[in-house]
Amino acid sequence: MLRWLMGGGREPQGLAEKSPLQTIGEEQTQNPYTELLVLKAHHDIVRFLVQLDDYRFASAGDDGIVVVWNAQTGEKLLELNGHTQKITAIITFPSLEACEEKNQLILTASADKTVIVWDCDTGRQVQKVSCFQSTVKCLTVLQRLDVWLSGGNDLCVWNRKLDLLCKTSHLSDTGISALIEIPKNCVVAAVGKELIIFKLVAPTEGSLEWNILEVKRLLDHQDNILSLVNVNDLSFVSGSHVGELIIWDILDWTMQACERNFWTQLDTQQEIKLYQNPNDISIHHFTWDEENVFAAVGRGLYVYNLQTRRVIACQKTAHDSSVLHIARLPNRQLISCSEDGSVRIWELREKRQLTAEPVPTGFFNMWGFGRVNKQASQPSKKQQEDATSFSLELIGDLIGHSSSVEMFLYFEDHGLVTCSADHLIILWKNGERESGLRSLKLFQKLEENGDLYLTV
Amino acid sequence: MISAPDVVAFTKEDEYEEEPYNEPALPEEYSVPLFPFASQGANPWSKLSGAKFSRDFILISEFSEQVGPQPLLTIPNDTKVFGTFDLNYFSLRIMSVDYQASFVGHPPGSAYPKLNFVEDSKVVLGDSKEGAFAYVHHLTLYDLEARGFVRPFCMAYISADQHKIMQQFQELSAEFSKASECLKTGNRKAFAGELEKKLKDLDYTRTVLHTETEIQKKANDKGFYSSQAIEKANELASVEKSIIEHQDLLKQIRSYPHRKLKGSNLCSGEMEHIQDQRDQAATTSNPDESADTDLYTCRPAYTPKLIKAKSTKCFDKKLKTLEELCDTEYFTQTLAQLSHIEHMFRGDLCYLLTSQIDRALLKQQHIANFLFEDFVELNDRVVEKQESAPSKASQDRPPSRSLEECPIPQVLISIGSYKSSVESVLIKMEQEVGDEEYKEVEVTEPSSFDPQESLDYLDMDMKGSISSGESIEVLGTEKSTSVLSKSDSQASLTVPLSPQVVRSKAVSHRTISEDSIEVLSTCPSEALIPDDFKASYPSAINEEESYAGEGEGAIRFQASLSPPEPGEAEEGSLENTPSQTDSCCIGKESDSLRGQLSTPIHTHSDEDGVVSSPPQRYRQKDQGFHVDFAAENASPSSRDISSEGFPAYELDPSCLLASRDVSKTSLDNYSDTTSYVSSVASTSLDRTPSSAHPASPSSERHKKRAGQNALKFIRQYPFAHPAIYSLLSGRTLVVLGEDEAKVRKLVTALSIFVPNYSGSVKPVRHWVSSPLHIMDFQKWKLIGLQRVASPANAGTLHALSRYSRYTSILDLDNKTLRCPLYRGALVPRLADHRTQIKRGSTYYLHVQSMLTQLCSKAFLYTFCHHLHLPAHDKETEEMVASRQASFLKLTLGLVNEDVKVVQYLAELLKLHYMQESPGTSHPTLRFDYVPSFLYKI
Repeated sequence: MLRWLMGGGREPQGLAEKSPLQTIGEEQTQNPYTELLVLKAHHDIVRFLVQLDDYRFASAGDDGIVVVWNAQTGEKLLELNGHTQKITAIITFPSLEACEEKNQLILTASADKTVIVWDCDTGRQVQKVSCFQSTVKCLTVLQRLDVWLSGGNDLCVWNRKLDLLCKTSHLSDTGISALIEIPKNCVVAAVGKELIIFKLVAPTEGSLEWNILEVKRLLDHQDNILSLVNVNDLSFVSGSHVGELIIWDILDWTMQACERNFWTQLDTQQEIKLYQNPNDISIHHFTWDEENVFAAVGRGLYVYNLQTRRVIACQKTAHDSSVLHIARLPNRQLISCSEDGSVRIWELREKRQLTAEPVPTGFFNMWGFGRVNKQASQPSKKQQEDATSFSLELIGDLIGHSSSVEMFLYFEDHGLVTCSADHLIILWKNGERESGLRSLKLFQKLEENGDLYLTV
Repeated sequence: MISAPDVVAFTKEDEYEEEPYNEPALPEEYSVPLFPFASQGANPWSKLSGAKFSRDFILISEFSEQVGPQPLLTIPNDTKVFGTFDLNYFSLRIMSVDYQASFVGHPPGSAYPKLNFVEDSKVVLGDSKEGAFAYVHHLTLYDLEARGFVRPFCMAYISADQHKIMQQFQELSAEFSKASECLKTGNRKAFAGELEKKLKDLDYTRTVLHTETEIQKKANDKGFYSSQAIEKANELASVEKSIIEHQDLLKQIRSYPHRKLKGSNLCSGEMEHIQDQRDQAATTSNPDESADTDLYTCRPAYTPKLIKAKSTKCFDKKLKTLEELCDTEYFTQTLAQLSHIEHMFRGDLCYLLTSQIDRALLKQQHIANFLFEDFVELNDRVVEKQESAPSKASQDRPPSRSLEECPIPQVLISIGSYKSSVESVLIKMEQEVGDEEYKEVEVTEPSSFDPQESLDYLDMDMKGSISSGESIEVLGTEKSTSVLSKSDSQASLTVPLSPQVVRSKAVSHRTISEDSIEVLSTCPSEALIPDDFKASYPSAINEEESYAGEGEGAIRFQASLSPPEPGEAEEGSLENTPSQTDSCCIGKESDSLRGQLSTPIHTHSDEDGVVSSPPQRYRQKDQGFHVDFAAENASPSSRDISSEGFPAYELDPSCLLASRDVSKTSLDNYSDTTSYVSSVASTSLDRTPSSAHPASPSSERHKKRAGQNALKFIRQYPFAHPAIYSLLSGRTLVVLGEDEAKVRKLVTALSIFVPNYSGSVKPVRHWVSSPLHIMDFQKWKLIGLQRVASPANAGTLHALSRYSRYTSILDLDNKTLRCPLYRGALVPRLADHRTQIKRGSTYYLHVQSMLTQLCSKAFLYTFCHHLHLPAHDKETEEMVASRQASFLKLTLGLVNEDVKVVQYLAELLKLHYMQESPGTSHPTLRFDYVPSFLYKI
């Protein structure tokens, strides 16, 4: 693979010869990110990024510190020190419209069994809760009720002033791994293989007490649930370690669709192999748009159409190792980051596939998957072949981190922020636009200094 | 480096000669005979061949009251430098022109001896016999044991190039003033210490004498005093007097005006010392208590000694050395400053001037020059800016501002005209040998020529012959000018050269006698020579000039203001020494001293050293001094010609004119800053171009080396162009190799192509052995990377291949380069492998000038408003982009990848301009997604 260094002169595409990993050369005309800025403040793995407003974001990680950055300049604005151990969850706490205090708050939970509320404008530690029995692994804010929930071994409900309103009994030793809000004052918590639905009872005239009640347990997953997202007004999705993707009705909590092991049924041989390494099929993250759910499954990316209830496109090996985070950008691009340290930019392209046309070899993998589906649902075969087919095209990759990229954050105006296990945060920017902005600023400054002379 | 790189490179006298790139030798029939002096290692521009020393040096001499003028030390302290040059003889010469009196003693109407804080005097003199010319800086140091408490010293910058001394007079004066100020500060400190000790001694002596007198009184019951007792009483009285005198001296030395110290950062510690001393003075001022308090509080270590009434004779004593006279710390500082001066003025005048022009031009490009210029100079620039800010604010004449801000272009003119005059002489040799100077002058300098003026200038040569035959000619000194005189001199400068002024100049200039010393500037009183002497007949001039042609070794003399002759001074000291005791030096000698020195005193009659003659005269003298210099300057080059029978004056007028203009304009430049007055008020002199120190010799050598190696690289590697393009466009170039020395060498060579960020560190790492990281590419633009033939290296190579999109990789071992394609036109001009340039320094300058050109393009691109902002609201980004593209292509004439170079530089410019505090952050890493190619030899 280092042949060119030794004098071979070949591109490192040799890397890809044995694996089906799609690569893109050095010429990436559609990749807008031609400028990067390395931000260094953390001393350990940076795991979380959270957007505060149009130009600020906060980063947090295993070193227990939270850093607030300016996404435009890359300037470090604040460093929040308070946790003694790694941070396990971070969430912004939007201020109420009615509230005169407009300061942006964030909540951080840490392995030191505390939750701290920070003021991101001043860097002040507003309040600290340290009465937890266990590490809080997830946080969620119910803005409608102006309460927030912390999920550890039990589920607690807090108000803005950090009074404990109510809590559940001990749920499990492994604790709640994910928590989402669903309508009707309900929340879904992923606890091991189970999804538990709780109903939050707000105080009424009858009773002044807050209460939280377990409503239902959903036991359909066969392995630990890793990801849980709210897709739209109708459904939420959960994904498990063994690659089960279940779509639930958000109102009556029934299973709408289930894709179980469908990523692995290519042939028995491979199935065995893959079962040996469940990491290859575990669903780490979801993202969605109006029509599709995008799932990060092992090293691959899959696009599941909500209407047709089937996978319409996929990249089986989108990365060299597990995909940790994916996001759908407003410009219809899909971005994925992975343990291999790279970030890739994909585009879902429509393709009118004519049946008569010979299938190009490059698409065999995808069509192989399609065949699997055909076996499963024979009636849909005709429909599928006539319908528009999609493919995920790699349009660029961002190489900068030397270790796994944990998460990224997209700013419409400022580009992409990635954080990684190499302790770094990288700000990726559109070089051309930045250059234009700099010129603009330059002339502003010239004008301020009175150095701008306009000649005819 | 902006200007005339090729010429400069040839004229610079190298400290060490580098091995030039050896082209295959020319066939014999094409070869040109070598310059006759080449065998002596001299280049054709060197004027040193006549001198007895190999290069310029600094000499410190003392006028010792015991042995007369004597050399103390030279800088550099290397006998090879001054060779067979007679230091003793030259010391005698330079000390003999110090006619400035530094008076110590009882001035009339004052009860106590008075210290004068005299200003230094600055003289330029030449000794054509020795082939030496010198800038001489006289100063006096205080020594309690010396006659009159003063020890006259001088520091001389000795060069074989008279032109150099004259042209660099301002700079020399400024730099030597710094050194002198430092020395004097240290001396004042030491002198105060001496005085304190002396006071203690005296106090002790008084106590002892007092006791003895009492004993005698008791022993003596006869009712009348014995002669012994009377003697004791007298002795006691003289000790009392001496105590008072010394206390007064101490007060004086401590009250040295503080303002003198401002701006002199060399002596920043002085203020504290003074404060200390003030406190001490408060205690010692009470004579009764001083002994006790001093004994126990201040200097308990010092035990007072009894001072004998008849102490040893002055010339038996060993006088203090210069180092003893001055606090050691200050002494070493002074030496450092002097060796700095020596470094600063090393090399040919042409080189010095060019680098001054260069720096001045760089100052004008202050927005873009950070890209490829050295940091040292940039820092200087910042300092200068700060310094000049107040003076700028004080200006009230806006038109002169532009002149003041760019003093150098005028110098540029002078060089140009000098050249042109030389050329015109050559033409004349063919065409006409007449004596129609006017016409000729008009040919060379038609625009600014004024017949009347030229007449006057020619006159002064004539005038000179009158006083020939004497031994010393002082054509001018820059003496202490008071602060008061400045405003007057300013006023006078606004008047254009009037006949009166010209006359005074003319008077000042003497020509040709048989003696060997010429002092080339004037002092005020010379202007008293009647105007009638002035004659303005062209024919006379011709005679004069031919005479000048013969009298090469001749002497110019200036009689009126000679200092006390050495003999006279010695006589004086002899006269006084026999009965001298330490204490009586003050009292007894002072009268005779006053008598002796009465003539010069009038110029220094008070502490500020106000010059008695009208300041504007003096000012114009200064101009005359420039002119003289020009005349002198012309002669070396004219000698060859005149020996062939051509009148030398043909050359002179144009030169005169040219450099007169220069001096005029340069004066104008300074005229509205109070700073110009060149005496000890040295703070303001920092503004002159010289204060931006030329790069230190080591970096000079570094440049030369880098240039040489870059040249080798260009010739050796056919893919030098894409490599250099990578550097210029901000793509990190990694030089990979096993041999550290080789890699370092190449990295150093290539670093001359690396644009700097906003002035923090040069983004070059010479040698790295650990795997590279993304941060490295953001920080460094040129990296030398170690290749190890071991598994450990796999990580390094892996990282390199991972980040290959950000880098170009030059493999030294395999001689390959992997980098994007380059098809521009810029780099081939910058790095032509068939270039005729052979020397590293020349090539370095070539690169610098090309890059400066490039910078100006980037500057234009960056700061053109319409290129970056939409002209109206409806204009789309695409239209703006196309306008940029067409500007780059059509207006700036850039092809293909050259555009990217300018764009990258423009980004750096933008970042630099907008950065509040330079050097705080690294710019973003910019890159392109372009394919790379592999180049092999």
